[in-house]
Amino acid sequence: MILEMNNIKKSFIKKSLENLTVLHDISLQVDAGEVVSIIGPSGSGKSTLLRCATFLEQIDSGEIKYMNQTAAETGADGKAVYAEHASMRKFKSYFGLVFQQFNLFPHYSVLKNVMDAPVRVQKRPREQVREEAMELLRKMDLDARADYYPCQLSGGQQQRVAIARALALKPEILFFDEPTSALDPELTGEVLKVIRQLAEEKMTMVVVTHEMPFARAVSNRVIFMDGGYIVEEGDPEMVFGAPTQERTKQFLRNYQNA
Amino acid sequence: MALSTMLSTMGEGALRTCGIFFLTLLFSLPLGMVVMLLRKSRFKIVQWIMKIYIAVMRGTPLMLQLLVWYFGPYYLFGANIRGYRFTAIIIGFAMNYAAYFAEIYRGGFEAIPVGQYEAAEVLGYNRTQTFFMIILPQVVKTILPSVTNEIITLVKDTSLAFTLAYNEIFSLAKQIAASQTSFTPFVIAGVFYFVANYAVAFVMERIEKAFDYYK
Repeated sequence: MILEMNNIKKSFIKKSLENLTVLHDISLQVDAGEVVSIIGPSGSGKSTLLRCATFLEQIDSGEIKYMNQTAAETGADGKAVYAEHASMRKFKSYFGLVFQQFNLFPHYSVLKNVMDAPVRVQKRPREQVREEAMELLRKMDLDARADYYPCQLSGGQQQRVAIARALALKPEILFFDEPTSALDPELTGEVLKVIRQLAEEKMTMVVVTHEMPFARAVSNRVIFMDGGYIVEEGDPEMVFGAPTQERTKQFLRNYQNA
Repeated sequence: MALSTMLSTMGEGALRTCGIFFLTLLFSLPLGMVVMLLRKSRFKIVQWIMKIYIAVMRGTPLMLQLLVWYFGPYYLFGANIRGYRFTAIIIGFAMNYAAYFAEIYRGGFEAIPVGQYEAAEVLGYNRTQTFFMIILPQVVKTILPSVTNEIITLVKDTSLAFTLAYNEIFSLAKQIAASQTSFTPFVIAGVFYFVANYAVAFVMERIEKAFDYYK
């Protein structure tokens, strides 16, 4: 098991409002080579779940395991306890995250964006990293853009650089947080193509997306979330073709009518 | 007084002006960073002290601050302030400009999207690497125009040292103009400030250009 999240609870403290619970007791397991899509309306907790998995948000309680090792678990007082600093560094090396807004480093060239973390963080030899980075950029069809800066690229190209940057660290699992939501439809296709290609290569991935046909075609499993709960989960043909929950049917109907 | 004598006397004054200018920058640019970091400290009390500090520095005339720095030790503690003049000037200028720089830095840091920090964190950069490699270069680019403004103001503000009877170019211009009943010293001082600021603008433009390779 690459990733195991059990009974995750997360709420945000809102000023002048009661605590807003974003994740109620969510569990998610991801096996090696699996592609899991998470769909659902805005505010359903999909992105928060990814942010908890990548430690950008702290869970209130529950358990997070990577590669069968515990990164966070509920302590005696009922609150989540995270592993100590050195272990957290190791856990962070297991995953990569692709953001909706790309978040490339604007002052670094395309090549440096891809190379910098492997060299600076993983302390791998520069020449070897350069070769691997160029190989990744070739795969993203961006090798001719290696010396460009992010501001000189289209959104779709930037997102493919961001994917290459995440892959350069050789993660066990790659998370995508609405990777095409900031792109126009024409550019969406080129990014989805890359993710599809990764799926064929058996890259383990969790994709939060609004691209339903893509989720249906690429995933091994689809999760529909709403209001901080997993409403429905299963084979894409089942979730999209024959959903059992009324809320899922309604969501997919609204989506098709849009 | 021959023009050449006037020029050489004022030339010495110009050197003293440059002394104030460069020492102020040397101390206030890093000190501003410290003030900014303390201003964003986790501790409320430290935040408040820095807020008050910035408010006082920006809210009172620099001329008055110079007087307080110089005469304060004498009036408050009866300290002997002989030979302390130049130090008081540098402390006064550096403390005042640090407050302005701190606010410029703060604006620069707040302009960096949170996604930059998150990307760095997910990629495994530690806090020092994130600060120096990812965030700071972008901050420098965004704050350069404001820093240029501040530096140009500083060139002209050095003339406030005349308050403490320090013989920089402005004090000398006033003295010589009065003793020689001549307008020339003012022209010389004016040309000096203008040329100095032209040089500042030129250098800063070069630096800005060096950061032009990305948006």
